[in-house]
Amino acid sequence: MANADMPADTMLRTADGQPLKSALAKASRKARIRAFLLVVPLLIFVLLTFVIPIGQMLSRSVNNDQFSESMINIGVWFDENPNAEPDEAAYAALAADLVYSAANRMIGNAGTRINYEVPGTRSLFTSSGRKAKNLKAPFKEALLELDEDWARPDLWAAMRSASGTTTFNFYQAAVDRKINADGQFERADENSRIYMTLFGRTFALSVVITGLCLLLGFPIAHLLATLPLRKASLLMILVLLPFWTSLLVRTTSWMVLLQGQGVINNVLVSLGIVTEDGRLEMMYNQTGTIIAMTHILLPFMILPLYSVMKTIPPSYARAARSLGATSWTTFRRIYLPQTVSGIGAGGILCFILAVGYYITPALVGGADGTLISNQIAFHMQNSLNWSLAAALATMLLASVLILYWAYDRLVGIDNMKLG
Amino acid sequence: MKKTLILSTALTAVSFAASAQEVVVMSWGGAYGVSQVEAYNKPFTEATGIKTTMVDADNPATPIKAQVEAGNVSIDVADVELSDAVSLCDEGKLEVIDHASLPAAPDGTPAVDDFVEGALASECAVANIVWSTIVAYDGSKTSGVTSIADFFDLSKIPGKRGLRKAAKANLEMALMADGVPASEVYDLLETDEGVERAFAKLDTIKNDVVWWEAGAQPPQLLADGEVVMTTGYNGRIFNAAVGEGKPFEILWDGQIMDFDLFVIPKGAPNKDAALEYIKFATDTQRLADQAKYISYGPARKSSAPLVGLYQDGKTEMGPQMPTSPDNLKNALVNNFEFWADRNTELSERFNAWLLN
Amino acid sequence: MVNEPQNDGFVVFDHVQKSYDGEALVVKDLNLSIGKGEFLTMLGPSGSGKTTCLMMLAGFETATHGDIRLEGRPINEVPPHKRGIGMVFQNYALFPHMTVGENLSFPLEVRGMGKSEREAKVKRALDMVQMYSFINRRPAQLSGGQQQRIALARALVFDPGLVLMDEPLGALDKQLREHMQFEIKHLHESLGITVVYVTHDQGEALTMSDRVAVFNDGRIQQLAPPDELYERPQNSFVAQFIGENNKLEGVVESIDNGRALVRLGTGELIDATAVNVTAKGQKTVVSIRPERVEYKAELLPSGAHTVDAEVLEFIYMGDLFRTRLRVAGSDDFVIKSRNTSGQRMLKPGEKIKIGWAPDDARALEPS
Repeated sequence: MANADMPADTMLRTADGQPLKSALAKASRKARIRAFLLVVPLLIFVLLTFVIPIGQMLSRSVNNDQFSESMINIGVWFDENPNAEPDEAAYAALAADLVYSAANRMIGNAGTRINYEVPGTRSLFTSSGRKAKNLKAPFKEALLELDEDWARPDLWAAMRSASGTTTFNFYQAAVDRKINADGQFERADENSRIYMTLFGRTFALSVVITGLCLLLGFPIAHLLATLPLRKASLLMILVLLPFWTSLLVRTTSWMVLLQGQGVINNVLVSLGIVTEDGRLEMMYNQTGTIIAMTHILLPFMILPLYSVMKTIPPSYARAARSLGATSWTTFRRIYLPQTVSGIGAGGILCFILAVGYYITPALVGGADGTLISNQIAFHMQNSLNWSLAAALATMLLASVLILYWAYDRLVGIDNMKLG
Repeated sequence: MKKTLILSTALTAVSFAASAQEVVVMSWGGAYGVSQVEAYNKPFTEATGIKTTMVDADNPATPIKAQVEAGNVSIDVADVELSDAVSLCDEGKLEVIDHASLPAAPDGTPAVDDFVEGALASECAVANIVWSTIVAYDGSKTSGVTSIADFFDLSKIPGKRGLRKAAKANLEMALMADGVPASEVYDLLETDEGVERAFAKLDTIKNDVVWWEAGAQPPQLLADGEVVMTTGYNGRIFNAAVGEGKPFEILWDGQIMDFDLFVIPKGAPNKDAALEYIKFATDTQRLADQAKYISYGPARKSSAPLVGLYQDGKTEMGPQMPTSPDNLKNALVNNFEFWADRNTELSERFNAWLLN
Repeated sequence: MVNEPQNDGFVVFDHVQKSYDGEALVVKDLNLSIGKGEFLTMLGPSGSGKTTCLMMLAGFETATHGDIRLEGRPINEVPPHKRGIGMVFQNYALFPHMTVGENLSFPLEVRGMGKSEREAKVKRALDMVQMYSFINRRPAQLSGGQQQRIALARALVFDPGLVLMDEPLGALDKQLREHMQFEIKHLHESLGITVVYVTHDQGEALTMSDRVAVFNDGRIQQLAPPDELYERPQNSFVAQFIGENNKLEGVVESIDNGRALVRLGTGELIDATAVNVTAKGQKTVVSIRPERVEYKAELLPSGAHTVDAEVLEFIYMGDLFRTRLRVAGSDDFVIKSRNTSGQRMLKPGEKIKIGWAPDDARALEPS
């Protein structure tokens, strides 16, 4: 037992001489089993819908056998010749793999995989694969005769790095780095660096949206917490109303309102506030994304704030006023600090939701209002490069987790002092 | 007597097996999905007794890839774009379809000769329609649009342009507008200079572009007056123009044609019925029938003369087809091989260009 | 009821009225003058308007009509933070995110006081309530009584001339409450501050106050020092509300020189002091304190009328005996007798005669 290091005479025992701890464990076992059985359905649900898919995503971002699965011989050659230039044996292995892959309809996989690293080489694989069974030794000459590109050092570097199933190349690509001819990673050309910029923009926009939600949500939450019950429930319905409307409907409503020929611009023009040519551009840019997403995420800020504010009795503010504080000082020094946990909860909720938002920026974001999630969707649905999508999504997940950890450290500790 | 009994039992068994079968077709939904249900699915069930179920997806290639990789395929036939058909086929995710087994044209021309060029480019797929990316504008507000160059000419026709937020089609159109003949577009795009030139042309209108992503957006953008001109899919524009009476016009100059094809995912539960469905749906008459519901061109040459009136009973569909001779004067056929090779690179480049 | 200003009028309510909804008056024509250094308690049941008066004085509610003056200066338009009034709240309202020291320092900071002066004042205030060793604790780490002291110290730390207390002891247990009553009373005496104290606990009001204003239905029913309030209630509400009280209903038989003879419903005649009955034949309620009722004939004044009573219940309470009787058809007539040596314990069912000195029975207008 765990009590072995305890002197025997200090160990607590029940009346019949059993150690107290084991007696307690026995007594509460039944209750614990029952409690566990109650959460089993949820556990299975979470496992199936959350843990397993996320695990698969993580594994897909580092595991890719599109190339290694069919190109076995060349993989062996790479293993045996860690730093060598490709020789005749390498080309012979490559030719054998091409024949095998083409025959088994796997050549497209291999080509697609290499194409991620060296653009334009997919067709090199597919077209060479079609003709590979006619190749004869010496294979180097034969392959180069088919296509000179087979001699490209960056192609060989890419094949070497793809010859294992585990790869971090997709993470390299996700931070805008590309493999070069020496097999090393370097920053991609300026005109194809996108992901870091997008991550940066995603976080910046999310901060702005969260800030706006706080600015708009704080007074509403305060009102909700202080109004008489009947008026408060009415206001609460208004706050929750967006939840009862489809996301797409809300987003398209904003489009109707904000677009160049939209309601707001038409009103402004008819009032003579802006000219026909000076119509405000509030849609298909960052402004559109910010407005629409702030509206959609507002309830997620209001509700945690409200739940915290509801617990702050009005006597604190009165006490502060009676002690000589102006209403602004009262708000800043007394009210605001007590809502910190609500601000933190609402902020982190809004921010995490904003970081992963996809439909709204896709519809209203235009060129500069789209987020990293749209790029993930592009790789899921369009380019079908799921490993890169998984790598990007993993990075997004990791950054959100880091943020959550930081929040827990900062606000969590604060809460401990309070409570 | 005994022999007859055996035969009839066998027939019953066969017909029973047939009627128990079902084909699950996955397509793109919307007006296009409706046209397929009307022209293919209903007549197929009538003729064979095999039930058909239509499932919608944003891009059927995505679920197909996922299902085959997971080894849990529930789709029998999918309608995909050419580049996806080629990719999925090369990756071994599709069943090979023997093109020789497809029905011949009514005049006896073998199927392989009857389909338009490129329609059978993948051994795993059979094309059903030719669609096209075109420039559309509101004829009641804009006039004098004669060539693709006008789309990029802000001084001639000022106002916002709608463009799909993707590299594909935009780069080709930019080059054609810059005076590159259709036949040289892809050769030029293979070179760095060609790509630079295409982006430089796009730069000239970048600040006046409203980017769209879904095919339903271009007619909406035009109707709302958000753009004066937009690229779009000819079928969607036609349906808005003729189906809903919008005053939209199509500029056929510089159109980029593409195919939609039927494929059978590897491991489809009803592979034989799926093959029957594809044979039935891509015969001359069915392809011509589909044009009654949407203005996408049939992939068979022999279907063209059979294309009649739109379902409103008065609009002649022939001139609405991307493949109509008048519309083909300056047309480009999408090069799936080029995009299969370059999509990753050019998409990144395009997205970076958007950001800057 | 107009109260003649018999003091220097440190705080004055002058014809103050208050309505929240424009339909009903919560405070109806309040006139009250509080002297400097006085400990005045507003006592009354909930909804009687006492808290509203306190809130108007603190500045959290505005008077609908009338003036409130502090040191002769109307303060209706002065915002709460400029009134310089200390306040102790029912639930203490100690700021949970600040330490005890920060809580006390807060009113000094907002007055722009320097650090060393602040520290000295905080120390003085905490020493005053013997809580200096808790200066770095947070309110949640303190017991109810400790929080109460801190709240008191905080209300006093900036040396206000007037301190308002809104049922400050309501959340404490009985023993602690009694202890704190004395502590507050002593602070009041040693600091010479003016205190306006709101409570619904009449014992608390009697213990601590110089004067008590009994509120009911938006009016002051009686304003008097505790002894006068207890012994000479002006109406049946006050008699009923302050202390335990026996009521006997009847009709005035005769009035003579402030003495009234009252005939009860059951026919008996009793003696009483006429407080606000004036004429023969008037209906009245006679109020008698339980401890003033006598049942030993030798202790009754000569000539006093007696009434028949039957013992229903006898409760031994240690220092007191509490006996419930049936008197003139009513089952809840209570008498209290001290547990002195040789005191007799009455038995249920026993028939006795009770009586009292005419001074101790007060014939009041029925409410």
